[in-house]
Amino acid sequence: MKQVLIISGKGGTGKTTIAAGFASLAENVVLADCDVDAPDLHIILKPEIKEETPFYALSVAVKDDEKCIKCGKCREVCRFNAIDEYFNIAEYACEGCAACVFICPADAIDMRKNAAGKIYVSETRFGPFIHAKLDIGQEASGKLVIEVKKKAGKKAEKENKKLVLLDGSPGIGCPVIASLAGVDLAVIVTEPTVSGLHDLERIANVTKHFNIPAVVCINKYDINKKKTREIEEFCNRKKIPVLGKIHYNQDVTEAMIALESVIEYGSATSEEIKKMWSKILEIIKV
Amino acid sequence: MIIAIASGKGGTGKSTVAVNLSLSLENVQLIDCDVEEPNSNLFLNLDLEKDEEVYLKIPKIDEENCTHCKRCAEFCEYNALAVLEDKVMVFEQLCHGCGLCSMVCPTNAITEKNRSLGVIEKSRDGIDFIRGVLNIGEAMSTPIIRRLKEKTDKKKTVILDVPPGTACPVIEAITGCDYCMLVTEPTPFGLYDLKIAVELCKKLKVRFGVIINRDGIGDEKTEEFCKKEDIDIILRIPYNRRIAELYSEGKPFIDEMPEWKTKLREVYRRIHEDIRK
Repeated sequence: MKQVLIISGKGGTGKTTIAAGFASLAENVVLADCDVDAPDLHIILKPEIKEETPFYALSVAVKDDEKCIKCGKCREVCRFNAIDEYFNIAEYACEGCAACVFICPADAIDMRKNAAGKIYVSETRFGPFIHAKLDIGQEASGKLVIEVKKKAGKKAEKENKKLVLLDGSPGIGCPVIASLAGVDLAVIVTEPTVSGLHDLERIANVTKHFNIPAVVCINKYDINKKKTREIEEFCNRKKIPVLGKIHYNQDVTEAMIALESVIEYGSATSEEIKKMWSKILEIIKV
Repeated sequence: MIIAIASGKGGTGKSTVAVNLSLSLENVQLIDCDVEEPNSNLFLNLDLEKDEEVYLKIPKIDEENCTHCKRCAEFCEYNALAVLEDKVMVFEQLCHGCGLCSMVCPTNAITEKNRSLGVIEKSRDGIDFIRGVLNIGEAMSTPIIRRLKEKTDKKKTVILDVPPGTACPVIEAITGCDYCMLVTEPTPFGLYDLKIAVELCKKLKVRFGVIINRDGIGDEKTEEFCKKEDIDIILRIPYNRRIAELYSEGKPFIDEMPEWKTKLREVYRRIHEDIRK
């Protein structure tokens, strides 16, 4: 089983649009959305949820006000600024370390199991789809990404699918690193802007750091051809293959509004996306 | 006053708004809290210098005093410690730096050492600007954002450029702000993520308003949502090829379109009044 992940560094470069395009071309595939705090792929895939499991994040500290003697020791040891001057515990700042529980002389603080979201196993017109939703204000998105990937891997094994296609999140931190673990190919989607190039450099350094093979897709390449050349030169220098380029077309937004993938909508960018997809299959040898 | 510029969905125009707003106002401090992909300075080209390194305090084991009692590993909620028969292993990437292991160690065999997460940089001249930069391969960005926020200058109008999403880094950045501008685009993806960001602001009790960027490219559903939920649309920036070009070149659009300076000042004035009420 091979895993392909779509990432970008910079947000809004077209990860999900391209992932949905690939999804409608892929055969024998399990799809998964690793962007758990602002997930969008389900909007196009319109999943039918078959199974729903709760996700537990790190526990949070809960105080019994009747037992609290307001000594302030909890506030002294908390390194996450989760306890205010009146010794109230802010749940969203608590990282669940339980140092306050240990230090409290009045036994007033307990750790509470924290249901922080849900993981869904669904069916879509393109194949099985694993996705998740982090509850509002919850942390531990990296942990949830790992759970989503585990479920996707299990589903692929069970249904004998050869490929797992993962849509990632922007940035280079916790959820992105969690999504990168063990993938066979990272497709970095960028755009020809100063931010696009700058963020590409950072995410490409991250894939290199973790030894993950990467290729680059330049989306909306014709909005600034000079910057596109700079991106190509950068990829050349770093020996990162440019998988393909997609031109800017208003019909990509139209497809999103119609809640269809660009391929289904018949967008003028379809051919470019099809070409990239066959190149991906060649690279990962599926 | 501290104003956060956030969005839910990435690439909707947070940095564009943060930079152009900062350049339109007087007495401003701009803080780039997107430490994973800090982009504000690409539009400002300020000369930056290192302000400080941000560290996480992680355990350092004194093997001579360690009795391998396993108490540290039992207490660690992050599974960052493993005690073998004659050795303690520290998984540095898993450690949140809470300090509990050194508190529970019965033989005081655990002290703490610094592990670098990234740096904070500040401007040498021009506008007052600071930013955090997360080290490559590092997962934990919130301690850098926490440190950045300790540097807010209360005498100034502080503008925070917030990372995309709605998880830990965003919560860290938005908490305690006086106002949050939610930048979105009028598309199904933009709207879905806007709704999550709205819920987050409500939960964190931060006042907010919506900026619709690239107005005209999508549908009417974002407008309808805001109307139904009684959410203020504080600004609409139309889709404009020239604005997109200037953005791609890393140029603040108010330099070429000074009428936007007036509009952004007006938005700020209204928010300022609104908050004082």
